[in-house]
Amino acid sequence: MNPYLPYEAEIMERHQETDTVFTLHLRLTDPEMGRSYQFQPGQFNMLYLFGVGEVPISISSDPQEPHLLGHTIRSVGRVTEGMAKLAVGDRIGIRGPYGRGWPLKAAEGKDVIIVTGGLGCAPVVSVINYIMKRRDRYGKLTIIQGVKHPRDMIYREQYDAWAKIPDTRVFLSASSGEALWPWHVGSVIDLFSEVKFDSAVSVSMMCGPEGMMIAAIRLLLERGMPEHSIYMSMERNMQCAIGHCGHCQYGGKFICKNGPVFAYPDVKELLGIKGF
Amino acid sequence: MTDKLFYLPRERFQFFLTCISNHCYQCIGPQLRDGAILYEAFTSVEALPKGYRDSQKPGEYRVKQNGDQRFFAWANGPQALKPLFFAPEEPMWRAHKNDEGFVVDGLLPETKSIAVIGARACDLAALKIQDKVFLQGDYIDPYYARRRESVFLVGVNCTHSASTCFCVSAGNGPRCDSGFDIVLTELDDGFVVQAGSEMGGIILSELNLGTAIEEQILLSNSATEYAATTQTRSLPEEDLRKTLFANLHHERWENVAERCLSCGNCTQVCPTCFCHTEAEVPALDGNSSVHMRQWASCFSEGHGYIHGMQTRPEITHRYRQWLTHKLGSWHDQFGTSGCVGCGRCMTWCPAAIDMVEEVNIICGGDRFWQSGEGAL
Repeated sequence: MNPYLPYEAEIMERHQETDTVFTLHLRLTDPEMGRSYQFQPGQFNMLYLFGVGEVPISISSDPQEPHLLGHTIRSVGRVTEGMAKLAVGDRIGIRGPYGRGWPLKAAEGKDVIIVTGGLGCAPVVSVINYIMKRRDRYGKLTIIQGVKHPRDMIYREQYDAWAKIPDTRVFLSASSGEALWPWHVGSVIDLFSEVKFDSAVSVSMMCGPEGMMIAAIRLLLERGMPEHSIYMSMERNMQCAIGHCGHCQYGGKFICKNGPVFAYPDVKELLGIKGF
Repeated sequence: MTDKLFYLPRERFQFFLTCISNHCYQCIGPQLRDGAILYEAFTSVEALPKGYRDSQKPGEYRVKQNGDQRFFAWANGPQALKPLFFAPEEPMWRAHKNDEGFVVDGLLPETKSIAVIGARACDLAALKIQDKVFLQGDYIDPYYARRRESVFLVGVNCTHSASTCFCVSAGNGPRCDSGFDIVLTELDDGFVVQAGSEMGGIILSELNLGTAIEEQILLSNSATEYAATTQTRSLPEEDLRKTLFANLHHERWENVAERCLSCGNCTQVCPTCFCHTEAEVPALDGNSSVHMRQWASCFSEGHGYIHGMQTRPEITHRYRQWLTHKLGSWHDQFGTSGCVGCGRCMTWCPAAIDMVEEVNIICGGDRFWQSGEGAL
């Protein structure tokens, strides 16, 4: 069994989320592989574009529908720019799932605070969707999402729909506003003053730029949230996804296998120190 | 490993090689190439670097002919065993286009059974560490595993240390303690030999050797003791993981970064560095594409790059990453240090950076540099 080999998958659906962000829904072409494939929200796959290379992309769809795997991708490099040009019916390579996902079992019965910035929302959208489908297992859901510009806001209609669900609050912000942006203009961190939560029964899950996550963690800690109730998804260069290539090291951790989701105490030693 | 020590007269060393070859191993051993001692295939004892000594210090490596009969009276060369098992560059798989998409074929290396003649204690220790990385985690690396499958290791206890050697301090040498099939200690007119495995015992029995006499055993012990006592460098005797991470803002990181060229030589010659990069090589006709991997270095720009962001933009960050990983966070990952004390990172550094000196200064802990970093 060679863990490096990608398997072929077909693009079943494609959605353009923003100018540069798109979602591909993939189905493994080998029926046997398709049947045995399972994942947890927060895990990722290595996606392969023929002749160009591989990239790590988190799985944004629901784990109960593993036959159709959603991947939300921003075109920023050679591989993702090539993937942006693919259409329904085209083939792509896939291997995974890798890493550790969100603590969704541990969070059952608790209030959940989701904090995300920029495209950080792709990994946590899997959590939001997961909780929405199993709403009775969780307490209050608070979604705090910040983007640079309103046009970067992906899944915008979904946020509007989520905001209408009982026991669910949505706080959105954009660093620069525009007409018809009904939400906050400023930093995602500003939103925290509006957010009320009971730190004793809450779990926070966050994903986004590290500076934003560090600022959010500081606010959560100040307001009494225990360190072990804070989870974050980290990102580093990844090539192999199985702990062999060395690129994703973060101190003693490999983001690919010990993460990408970490409890805050596991990474706090180096968090905010440039160069790790 | 058996305790039984035999004596192999120098004139029978060719027969020793022949016996190993007769078990279908291709012998790989040290040979002088372009002024350095490298490991390459050989059949005749004439190929060995007879009479050579090496002189090493940070940024310098020279070999000199001493005129005597010894094959292994030098410390080490730029290569360890690493290139034999973890290939500097190799294809991993090939994708072929078909009517609808593509199929992927794994490309495992064609390998021969090899016998390495003259593996040093530091190299055997490094091999154990690379085995942990590639064979003992959640995923077995099939390329490394294939190359590692059929290997016969003849260790040599070191009788000469270079000024850059610090295996005693690293806890690995100069005697090979395990991980070999046969181990030799070289004397003027022959070798004290010992089997370390069943296969090693079989080959020794075919040689029909006499038992080593007490004088030979004493000479061999004092020869390796000499190699140990002449080592001049040593790592600080403390928990380096703890101390290095407590000193992430030491001023010495900037000082060493001013001298470091970020060339990555230290990581290439390091017998434990395992980082590699994957690269895609599409065929000109566009119908197939080979996925390659090649050694990478945490000193390169690409190592920490993600979509427009450089994790380690400054050489300070890269040197600190390398050293804190090698001596510190390696313990978190593999339960061992990543340094075996071979000293290659110093010898082959074009800027003559003395890693052991840097560690000692950084762990001195008396001069802190307050950067204001550390957001929490």
